[in-house]
Formats: sequence, structure tokens, C-alpha cells
Amino acid sequence: MTMQVSLQHRFAGFALDVAFDVPAGVTALFGPSGSGKSSVIKALAGLMRPDRGRISVGGQVLLDTDQRICLPPHRRRIGCVFQDDRLFPHLSVRQNLLYGRWFSPDKGGVSFEAVVDMLGIAPLLARRPQTLSGGERQRVAIGRALLSNPQILAMDEPLAALDEARKAEIMPYLEHLRDQTQIPIVYVSHSVSEITRLAGSVVVLGKGQVLKTGPVAAVFSDPNLTPWLGGVREAGSVISAKVAAQDGDGLTRLETSAGPLWLPKVDAALGASLRVRIAAQDVMIALQKPHGISALNILPATVVALRMGDGPGAMVQLRLGEDLLLARITQRSAVQLGLAVGAPVFAVLKSVAVAPGDIGAPPITP
Amino acid sequence: MPDWFSPDEWRAIALSLRVSAWATAVSLPLGILVAFVLARRQFWGKQVLNGLVHLPLILPPVVTGYLLLLTFGRKGFVGQYLDMIGVVLAFRWTGAVLAAAVMAFPLMVRAIRLSVEAVDVRVEQAAGTLGASPPWVFATVTLPLILPGIIVGSVLAFAKAMGEFGATITFVANIPGQTQTLPSAIYAFLQVPDGDGQAFRLVMVSVFVAMAALVLSEWAAKAVARRISGA
Repeated sequence: MTMQVSLQHRFAGFALDVAFDVPAGVTALFGPSGSGKSSVIKALAGLMRPDRGRISVGGQVLLDTDQRICLPPHRRRIGCVFQDDRLFPHLSVRQNLLYGRWFSPDKGGVSFEAVVDMLGIAPLLARRPQTLSGGERQRVAIGRALLSNPQILAMDEPLAALDEARKAEIMPYLEHLRDQTQIPIVYVSHSVSEITRLAGSVVVLGKGQVLKTGPVAAVFSDPNLTPWLGGVREAGSVISAKVAAQDGDGLTRLETSAGPLWLPKVDAALGASLRVRIAAQDVMIALQKPHGISALNILPATVVALRMGDGPGAMVQLRLGEDLLLARITQRSAVQLGLAVGAPVFAVLKSVAVAPGDIGAPPITP
Repeated sequence: MPDWFSPDEWRAIALSLRVSAWATAVSLPLGILVAFVLARRQFWGKQVLNGLVHLPLILPPVVTGYLLLLTFGRKGFVGQYLDMIGVVLAFRWTGAVLAAAVMAFPLMVRAIRLSVEAVDVRVEQAAGTLGASPPWVFATVTLPLILPGIIVGSVLAFAKAMGEFGATITFVANIPGQTQTLPSAIYAFLQVPDGDGQAFRLVMVSVFVAMAALVLSEWAAKAVARRISGA
């Protein structure tokens, strides 16, 4: 099932004009605050009526201003998870979860037990929302949306209100959700690391416009989008890898398309597929393969694109086997090395530079 | 227990309880509606509606009673049509219900409106996205969440109706067994020599009912709030 979205709306001092498709899997809506992400979610859910627009899901029209169609929220079957969990305070966790079931036209879809199991909320069923932690509440909110049998799941910064520990707690559940349900998910976030872990494709929004859409790996390794993707410090790319060996000294050897990659112990089974996000500022570039250097990971690469920044920095996009890698270096280094498109180089990465939170399971591709 | 009060006193007590119960029950649906509209909707004339609702709180009760008589009396501009279909309010116990309901209405609306304003609209929106149509959202989310306000408003309205005197005596007079409520009876007993004793016994009843109502509403509101918050 695919959702097609096109929306135009004038706010005070800001115009929203976007169009994009949501295929199966997780589609991230990414952009800084004020880029219109939340307005898009509101329009999807039917909580806001845009000046012009059309939204259809698998042939069913939810909104078409030209035809004067605008289904109310309760007839759209778009399950929403908001930044604030919005659980019903007067109902138990079980009653919260079952609320949408009541109104769902077909009783099929995911089973109550499967959702409770997947989100690990079985011990909470008898409790009241007020007695739960932030992470538990958000898991219940996800389960509640899922059990209403939605055609699409829309998640508006579901982790933004949580601290790092709670985010790390929920992330694996979101990966399960992505892999175990067939429901397309629109995932709004301004966190690069959340998106690179979860999403298959990404829609980059800026000032109410779509700047770029495409697969996550391609979009995040595009040096021209760096200013829009959270700035140079947030810039980074995603590469795919398989767990090849767990070494005795606490390192894990991953196999990438360009060679071995050693990282501090990754808790995953041998042969498991992973996605690793590598921050651009952690990657060095060398013309010859360096010797006598502490960095363990030295991989052959080719320069694909080069973008000089406004400041002293430069973004270099490298081809690393089948993956794209982004490196942030100074313009002075780029000039001294004589970097040019097509030049063969070596990418150097410290093992300890990759944070555990930046390693996750890839989406299962059908 | 019946020996404690004379038949006249009993009739006054029973009539007051009946009038107050009806006044509360009849005005509750309208009270919820008006409280909801005042809390949530923006519309032309909102301040006029707000003023009308609160007018009985500010006007001298005798004025309210007189306005009721002008409106709902048998020659009144609404009353004459009600008269045609056989409904007479003036000088009947049903008129006492109307007078009590009008006088108690502002208290009821204020209490319910406060609780409606405390409800998080975003939680109601979430219910909508889960498939609940607006009437269902109201029944399954809004109504349970404003229940404490409804209880407090109802009890306050009941207590106010029990004590209503000025508008009642103006609109429906003071006919024993017909329109003589508790306060009217106290007033009547105070007008006759040696009526002090009877008046005092009814005063005690009034105090008891008022106290009981306040304690009950506090307790019920707390119990419901506890149930809602799950603490």
C-alpha cells in the first residue's frame, strides 16, 4: 500500500508546499523545527485542513480539496503517535490499547497478544498511564495506534520528549515494528541518528518545501544537503555491514562491501546484517595507505563529490565499495591533497568513534 | 421520625427535595451543553450567552422571579402558548422547579465549565485518530474526564435549589402543599405568632441538607478524581 501526499497551505509568514509518496516501510520526514513536519502530520491525520491538497492511500481518497473531499480524523484510519503520548488518563493500559479496536471496521490485523509481546508491555496492562515511565507510556501509545488497525502509521517525533536512555530503550521496539508489520510508517524526526537507524527512505523538508527525497543512504551522503541535515556536526552517512567475527579483545569485525571494519563490541549474532552510521567528522582521508597509525579501519575509496563549505570546512563524498561515505575535512587539506572527483584515496576511521546508538538492524527488504 | 415534624412541615420538606431534584436533573443536560459551548466554542454573541447564564446570580432574586412571571405566566409571551397546550407553570410546583433551575444554573455551568477547560483537547484528538467519531469521543473521553465537575455542579445546584426563596415566592407564591418549599415555609412560620419553634426545626433541616450536600460533593469529586488519575 502506498500513500500519495500533496499539500499547500499558507501560515502566517510561512508557506507549506510539499508533495511526496510513502511506500511500504519507514519513510522519514526530516527537517529542522519550523520546516513544516508537524503540519504535514496534522494534515495527514485530519487535524488540520490545508488550503489545497490531496491525500490518497492505496486508491482511497482521504483529502481532495478540488473535489471538496476531506474525511474527518476518525474515518481516515491513520494511526498517530504523538510526541506527548496522549494516553487516556481515565483508562488502564489494557483499555487504552483496546480503545481503537472498538471502532475498527475489520477486526483483523495484528493481534493484541502480538502487539503486547512485540512492545514488551505485558507487565503494564493493569496499570494506569500516570504510573508509567515516559518510555513505557510511549510504547503503550505506539501499541494503541497499532491496534486501531491503521492503514498508515504516522509518528510525530515519538522520541523527542525522552532522554537518551529512554530513546535507546524504545529503538529496538521501533525496529521490530518496522520489520514485523506491513504498515507503511511516516516517521517525523529531526534526529539524524534515529532516521538512519529506522528509515528506508527520507523526505527532507526545509522552510515548507521538499528539498530532496530518496533512500536514506543516498540522501545522507549527499554533501550538498549537509546544511539542511542538521549542519556539519550532525552530518554522517550510513553503510551496511554484516557481523563477521567477535574478536577476543572485545572488538567486533564487520564485513562491508569495501573490506573489514572493526568496532567496539557489537551485540549481534554472527552473520547479522547491520547499518552503521558514521559521522563525517570522524572520517579522515589519506592518499596512501597509512602505516604506523592507531586507527584500525583503513578502507580504499574513491572521491565522488566535493563540496567546499562557507567556512574553512569541506564535505567529501566517497564511494566505499557499494556504499557512500561522507568525510568532513578542511578546505586546506582538500587543496593540499589535491582531491578531485575520481581520485583514489583511503578512508581512515577510528574504531571507538562509532557510538553504539548509531548501530542498528537494517530494514528487511522484500 | 414522622412525629418530629407536623404534616405541613413534612410537606414543605418533601416538596423542596422534589423540586430541587427535578431542577437539577432537568437543567443538567443543558448545563453540560452550555458549559461545553462556553469553554470550547468561539461564536458571535458568546458574551451575551455568558451574561444571560450568569444574570440570575447578580440580579435580585425578586427581579428574576418577576421576569419569569412576565415570560412564563399564563399571559406571559411564552406562557400563553404553553397554556394553549395545557402546560401551566405559574403558581404550580413545576414553576418552582423552573425558578430553582434558573437560579441554580450559573453555579452548575461554572463548575462544569471549569472541568471542561481542564480537559486536554489533544487527548480528544488522539481518540479521533483511533476511529472514534465526535459523539463517541465525547461519551468515552470527555464525559468521564469532566465527571468531577458534573458532580460538584449538580450538588451545588441541588443545594442552591433547596435554598431558593426570592424568585420562587415571586413566581409561584407560597401555597402550602403546592408551592411552599422549605424557605417559603420558614418565612410563613416566622409571620405567625409562636411560629418560631416550627421555623427553627426547618432551619435545622436546611442547615443539615446544605452541609450534607457540600460534604457529599467534596467526597464524590475526590473519589472520581482518584479513579481518573489512577493514583
